Amino acid sequence: MDQHLLSIVLLTPLAGLAVLLFIPSSNKGLIRIWANLAALAGFLVSIPLVTRFRADAAGFQFEEKANWIPSLGAHYHLGIDGISLLLVMLTTLMGFLAILSSWNAVQDRTKEYYAMFLLLQTGMIGVFIALDFFLFYIFWELVLVPMYFIIGVWGGPRKLYAAIKFFLYTLAGSVLMLLGLLTLYFQHYQQFGFYSFEISDLMNVHMALGMQQWVFWAFFLGFAIKVPMFPFHTWLPDAHVEAPTAGSVILAAVLLKMGTYGFIRFSVPLLPQASADKTIVQILAVLSIIGIIYGALVSLMQKDWKKLVAYSSVSHLGFCTLGIFALNPNGLAGSVIQQINHGISTGMLFLVIGVIYERRHTREISEYGGLAHVMPKFAIIFAIAMLSSAGLPLLNGFIGEFTILQGAFEANRAWAAFAVSGVILGAAYLLWLYQRTMLGQVTNGKNLAVPDMSLREIAVFVPLILWAVWIGVYPKPYFDILKQPVNQIVQRVNPTYFAGRGQGPGARGQGGEASAELRGSGSRAAFDSPPIVRAPQSPAPGPRPQAPAGGGQ
Amino acid sequence: MNFSQFYTSIDHFSIIPAVMLALFGCAILLFDFLIFPDPRQRKWLLIFVALGEGFTGYGLYRQHAWLANNGAASLIGFNGSVTVDGFGIFFNWIFVIAALIVAVVSYKYLEIAGEHHGEYYGLILFAQCGMYFLAMGTDLVTLFIGLELMALTFYVLVGFLRGDKRSNEAAMKYLLLGAFSSGFLVYGFSIMYGIAGSTKLADVRAAIELRPAWDPMVFLALATTSVGLLFKIAAVPFHMWAPDAYEGAPTTVTAYLAVASKAASIAFLVRIFTEPLASARVMWEPLLAVVAVVTLTIGNLAAINQTNIKRLLAYSSISHAGYMLLGLVAGNDTGIKGIAVYVMVYTFMNLGAFLVIVALRRSNIIGEDLDDIAGLMHKSPGYAVLMLIFLLSLAGIPPTAGFLGKYYIFLALIQTGHYTLAVIATLYVAVAIYYYFKVIRSMFIREPAEKAPLASSFGLRLALGVTGILTLLIGVYPEPFLRMAQTSLLR
Repeated sequence: MDQHLLSIVLLTPLAGLAVLLFIPSSNKGLIRIWANLAALAGFLVSIPLVTRFRADAAGFQFEEKANWIPSLGAHYHLGIDGISLLLVMLTTLMGFLAILSSWNAVQDRTKEYYAMFLLLQTGMIGVFIALDFFLFYIFWELVLVPMYFIIGVWGGPRKLYAAIKFFLYTLAGSVLMLLGLLTLYFQHYQQFGFYSFEISDLMNVHMALGMQQWVFWAFFLGFAIKVPMFPFHTWLPDAHVEAPTAGSVILAAVLLKMGTYGFIRFSVPLLPQASADKTIVQILAVLSIIGIIYGALVSLMQKDWKKLVAYSSVSHLGFCTLGIFALNPNGLAGSVIQQINHGISTGMLFLVIGVIYERRHTREISEYGGLAHVMPKFAIIFAIAMLSSAGLPLLNGFIGEFTILQGAFEANRAWAAFAVSGVILGAAYLLWLYQRTMLGQVTNGKNLAVPDMSLREIAVFVPLILWAVWIGVYPKPYFDILKQPVNQIVQRVNPTYFAGRGQGPGARGQGGEASAELRGSGSRAAFDSPPIVRAPQSPAPGPRPQAPAGGGQ
Repeated sequence: MNFSQFYTSIDHFSIIPAVMLALFGCAILLFDFLIFPDPRQRKWLLIFVALGEGFTGYGLYRQHAWLANNGAASLIGFNGSVTVDGFGIFFNWIFVIAALIVAVVSYKYLEIAGEHHGEYYGLILFAQCGMYFLAMGTDLVTLFIGLELMALTFYVLVGFLRGDKRSNEAAMKYLLLGAFSSGFLVYGFSIMYGIAGSTKLADVRAAIELRPAWDPMVFLALATTSVGLLFKIAAVPFHMWAPDAYEGAPTTVTAYLAVASKAASIAFLVRIFTEPLASARVMWEPLLAVVAVVTLTIGNLAAINQTNIKRLLAYSSISHAGYMLLGLVAGNDTGIKGIAVYVMVYTFMNLGAFLVIVALRRSNIIGEDLDDIAGLMHKSPGYAVLMLIFLLSLAGIPPTAGFLGKYYIFLALIQTGHYTLAVIATLYVAVAIYYYFKVIRSMFIREPAEKAPLASSFGLRLALGVTGILTLLIGVYPEPFLRMAQTSLLR
């Protein structure tokens, strides 16, 4: 079962979709029940991933590999490490909750709606578990189509504009990323004499720094638009505001993480010299910091509840990218945890908006005020969501932001200094939002008769609140499972980091190899490939022997 | 006089598929009035088409087997006028599929249009006969005859709706411009003959190789030949006929024109540029690069504002020609294989898209406007989902087949260091998304304008199923199809 666990996780939503197609579209009750069951099943089958995951093992686990397109060197290769495990769990849980939350919200074209969500689930899970760049790319693009329909069909008044903008932005980025990928792929062929899209094969490619930088920028466009980083963020508010609640939840909680995951899984390990290049790191850090502060300032000015949360995503994801390009274990681990946190907190905030929007059909902040008197349960849940997003200690957001700031401080004190202002601004716009909508007297008569949350609605929030508290109170298991993959990435991209601390990468490397041998296959540990010699290299025409282990010293 | 020295069994073998097509085409013309006097029975003429294609396919299969058994790259017939090679066989399979699909879906459409005549099927086979020689010919005269046979049949087919002004206008435009471009082409051929003293492509190639680079005569031959060739694939600036011809022609003919005629012309173009003009690469590579970029630009930008789906697909097919040209600009094996793969996937996805428009033509609804396809998801979800697959494939979104075609073109450009062209080509993918999604938006998001059911027939459903499944299958599991395309490199 372990050998095919990831395939099962990947294909469960698709199987649910296949059955869904045979339910007549007039039978909306059955469609709803079936879609929720399928999504729940998708979550349940992913639980064994957690229970059987071994935090101490290096490399990828639950690996599956089969030849898919030998002519291209593309494989059906799945596997997860700690980073992807967390993101897969986030996907399966948020997917289920998003589907559960749309029980009443979607009355029109129910069948197509759920079909799109289940297709989206498969695409997103695939992105996080593919270990073959070609397979990854297929899933990456597959996600666009259902999201287009979710925004375009069930969205708000400007849905068409928002949907096509979302599609065009992300597609333009990803086709350029494809060019970078093809360059890397062809370099691999020139050096090793066979075509392969395997990440572990592509990691052996040696490229001159100049070429790496070009490929890096191509990848950057694909991933940065998805994240979205500062100058490319303009699609996000439109998409968020127009998307239906569940669409916003998935978009914020999972889809944006595809971009940050792309940086962690592909940009940094595949292009270590370019990623550690001073100019590139500076540019990315500055863009992240601009994103953090700009996103927060714009949030502060919003009159629309949903737009406020949308811009807060720009700010929060700025933290995630800043953490990645701190290129040290704290920054990376913090970034991954912050991605999960953002999924939980922003997911909750969008669900909160969905709850109130279903009742009042407006998102103007000025329409509300004093809701806490009318909807006490709602007020509590919103408070928790808001505080977890603002980074209150003992809730999840604090852990992520704190660790990222720690990493940023290690890398460059000025970054931390600027980034920390984002935390303060974040608290400001969230608390002010809460004050304007929930506290004080009820100023708008329409709000007096609003019913409080139902049991189903609360049930959607419970797992997220529990998860938020767990991360906030006891984050150790998260750091434990992230330790191996994060250290391997740091060792690859920033080998001097460990050397400077008296525990050379050799020691770490040995630890990794030993645990890989425990599992009976050293070759599976893709990140165990030796770090690349950091001296500038000329592109080699013929096959090139691997650099000796520990060559970074 | 001993004829056997001119006519050996190998000669016969090298043209047997074309002979079959011509014979069955004639048979249809003969038997049309004799045994099917009633127009409603004429769909049984499909049996002749199917038989003709069956024998043609068998001939191709035997040729392929002969090449494989003898380990030969090519089979030369008629002293080098016809060369059967992997490249030609691959393209001929595409013609067989396209002709079969077009013939099978036509009867209902032509009955609705009131122009169901037997010669239609005959003309389809004659056009295919011309295509056979375009893909297999290695002599300037053979190629020219093949081209004219195909073009003349298409002039008739485009104007097949005699009572329809648009159809007549389209045929007239196509005829005038087509004749003009053929003039250029044959002028180029005559210069090539002047250079080489022979019409065989191999001789022309040898003669041109002896010439210095930038030889004015070679340049003149190249320039005039290019005009004719680029006209046939509807590359800018010789694309003007395409939107009008595509719009006016019966939709089934449009599909045939857009797919088979374009595939044959591409095969012809690749043959001319990589064989006789191979050594003039320094001249034609920048020329074709510019033409490709301009073609992508005009094709994609002009498509954005179209409200007639056939015109929209016409401009989209112009831009597809741009991508195929880029494969030739790259010019390495990946590029040529990329063209083969591109043509293959283009056949299925573009035929499929036109078939949906065929179904939209009902007795009093022309069914070519974006408004006519509005709300298709409500009326006929099956057709809407199929059209979605075809359009996503045309746009090049994985996991559909169209992505694979673009993949090879991009890879070939990167392999040969044409980075700027690669970036331009990829960015036009994003532009193209915009207009394909105009159609998708109309189908899925708007409400239907009328309630009339689609004009469906058994043949149409069958053809749609085949094209739809193949468009997805090539995208998801392309391995066997890529192997097939690999054979097109055998020359």
